[in-house]
Amino acid sequence: MRVVHYVNQFFAGVGGEDEAGAEPELRTGAIGPGRRLASLLGDDHELVATIFCGDDYAAGNPGFAPTLIEQAKEAGAELLLAGPAFTSGRYGVACGRIVAAAAEADLPALAAMNPDNPGLAEAAGAPVVESGVTAREMGPSLERLVAAARKLAAGEELSADDGLIGNAARTNRMAERSAAERSVDLLVRRLEGDRDATEIPLPDFDQVTPAAPVSDPADALIALLTEGGFVPAGNPDRLESARATKWIRHSLEGRDSLEEGEFESVHGGFSTQWANAEPNRILPLDVARQLEGEGAIGGLHTEYFATTGNGTTVADAQRFGTEWAAELHEANIQAAILTAT
Amino acid sequence: MLLCNLVSIAQRVGAPRIVATRGIPYPAGDPSLSPDGERAWRRQLLERALHALATPVTEPTVFDDEPAR
Repeated sequence: MRVVHYVNQFFAGVGGEDEAGAEPELRTGAIGPGRRLASLLGDDHELVATIFCGDDYAAGNPGFAPTLIEQAKEAGAELLLAGPAFTSGRYGVACGRIVAAAAEADLPALAAMNPDNPGLAEAAGAPVVESGVTAREMGPSLERLVAAARKLAAGEELSADDGLIGNAARTNRMAERSAAERSVDLLVRRLEGDRDATEIPLPDFDQVTPAAPVSDPADALIALLTEGGFVPAGNPDRLESARATKWIRHSLEGRDSLEEGEFESVHGGFSTQWANAEPNRILPLDVARQLEGEGAIGGLHTEYFATTGNGTTVADAQRFGTEWAAELHEANIQAAILTAT
Repeated sequence: MLLCNLVSIAQRVGAPRIVATRGIPYPAGDPSLSPDGERAWRRQLLERALHALATPVTEPTVFDDEPAR
């Protein structure tokens, strides 16, 4: 089969965060991790081209995906592989959108990313197999991707045994036993203590009940929060740039604005040049103070909270959220504005 | 409420009140504008945010219109 591979600008060798705005492009042959992919695919399948796009471009312009899929098909693609994207959020979103666009265009496709990657849901039913957490696990992640790709190329169905994650598309097929027999069988297993057996795995949605609105922001105390890795210059609390295990707080008292050189972002998932040149782009203190002065905001909380949302586990993020809510409640804050990168 | 660029993800994880921004690296800015223009855009974002905070919602809701004055 003729295979086309999607990677981001970093793995395509175009550049790091400074090139995250790179436009979609197709190049002949294998690039970066695609070389190892090509050798793992062996002689049965040929990696004919690599398609890539900058992570920021792909996140902000969903149309990159159908554009690249069209180019891939013109290059003779019979199978599309994307990633592995590990826990990289924007790259995962791009891989998810690429395989979704491929499926839409009747091109068999498969992506690889970590189950915690927010891009997983973007695949919209197109298959995704599990990868490791970081590029250190490139080798085993590529091997799993190729093993699943071989099955897909042979027309076989993928299952959890192949590392399949996310919500797979439902397809019609003949079952060997009737629904009555299978449901009684499931009931017996449940009575025997098996709580997980099911034919229809439900999506793991976290239910968030919206808070009641504030009656009038002019009477409310409001906090500014961010997951943009936003710290005082020099990062005295050593907030992590990726996979954060903690959050930090810093006073905003006596400040009308955030000045270049006094605050910075240590986020490792995007280019921080714009944040560092004008820190109000991450935490909008300057206009929040303006609105406070005009009476549109009752008052701003005396400090901001920040963590780094970059490959952060869902469990840690939930803990931060719970701790933030408790802290704000304790300080009698009625509302919060959280900037997310 | 949440100011973010990846609105589809915010909706999917159930963020109740969302205001869309223009780029991942600058959720409360837009470096393509002049300093004054950028500050006006940031003010617009916060005005939308305040409007969102004062509006009842039952599900993830994107506030992308100017609040009525």
